[in-house]
Amino acid sequence: MDFLENKFFLLAITFGFFFLSKVFQKKTGWVLLNPILVAIALLICFLKFTGVSYEKYSEAGSLVEFWLKPAVVALGVPLYLQLRMIKKQLMPIIVSQLAGCIVGLVAVTVIAKLMGASPQVIMSLAPKSVTTPIAMEVSNAVGGIPSLTAAVVIVVGLFGAICGFKVLQVGHVGSPIAQGLSMGTASHAVGTSRAMEVSGKYGAYASLGLTLNGILTALLTPTILHLLGLY
Amino acid sequence: MIRQCSILFGCLALGELIVYLTGIHLPSSIIGMLLLTLFLKLGWIKLEWVQGLSDFLVANLGFFFVPSGVALMLYFDIITAEFWPIVIATLVSTVLVLVVTGWVHQLVRKYGFFRK
Repeated sequence: MDFLENKFFLLAITFGFFFLSKVFQKKTGWVLLNPILVAIALLICFLKFTGVSYEKYSEAGSLVEFWLKPAVVALGVPLYLQLRMIKKQLMPIIVSQLAGCIVGLVAVTVIAKLMGASPQVIMSLAPKSVTTPIAMEVSNAVGGIPSLTAAVVIVVGLFGAICGFKVLQVGHVGSPIAQGLSMGTASHAVGTSRAMEVSGKYGAYASLGLTLNGILTALLTPTILHLLGLY
Repeated sequence: MIRQCSILFGCLALGELIVYLTGIHLPSSIIGMLLLTLFLKLGWIKLEWVQGLSDFLVANLGFFFVPSGVALMLYFDIITAEFWPIVIATLVSTVLVLVVTGWVHQLVRKYGFFRK
């Protein structure tokens, strides 16, 4: 059926599946049912089932993807609103963000390399801790596979949201600010939404971690990969 | 709305221009984001000139990458071939990021980076 390849039809089900996934998560309250993950899974099943090719789908999908870049630019607004909070404790925040960013980058790339991952996969994993639009841009810039990065980013987010506070407890990170920052730094928007559930203060610091690590990762990834001899 | 679009796409276009002129390995959107923050801070752009559209985009950030995630169906073979390196590297480094960020923040706050 050719109609299944209609651009507006494909756009409509993209919106529709995402909306349904969101409603479903709200109803069940399950962190694991991340609407992004569920919508992607539904769309892949739909395409496999109907035999519509990815190339056809991406003609419609690219219209949505187009908004990723302006959406990242729009993150400048929350960043501006948090500037005062950053200034108050500039040093602890900057230093801990730098440490987290570098440790994450080095750990993920070195472990992947030691375990024999291919260069393309290593590049795709490098920006895994930051929010997807930024991670995909970085992945693209260093020669990774952006959609693989997107999938890994979601897994990292879910892992952080589900186990993050447990890990912090075991690791003796007790202060609310440090916990919030860590959640945002390690597991971006999904971790931030988990922190937001605990309290607004946790959430504010988590979104600060999310934004700053996003910037640092974008700025440092090419250089660090270069120093490691990977890029 | 038109003004909001002009500002956001203006910042993005400036970011693209900087990448084009310098050949820097940074996403143009990140440069655009930093420029937007800078212009807001300098007062060249008023918050209410961009807030409506930017709130909408930030709140629905997740949706915009659904189609890119669908491209995963093209890479199932790579993922199955390199499943363990991907999973182990990802989980171990995520735990490290969580703990290291927290520790360093607590230490620097407690002992100070520069003594006053």
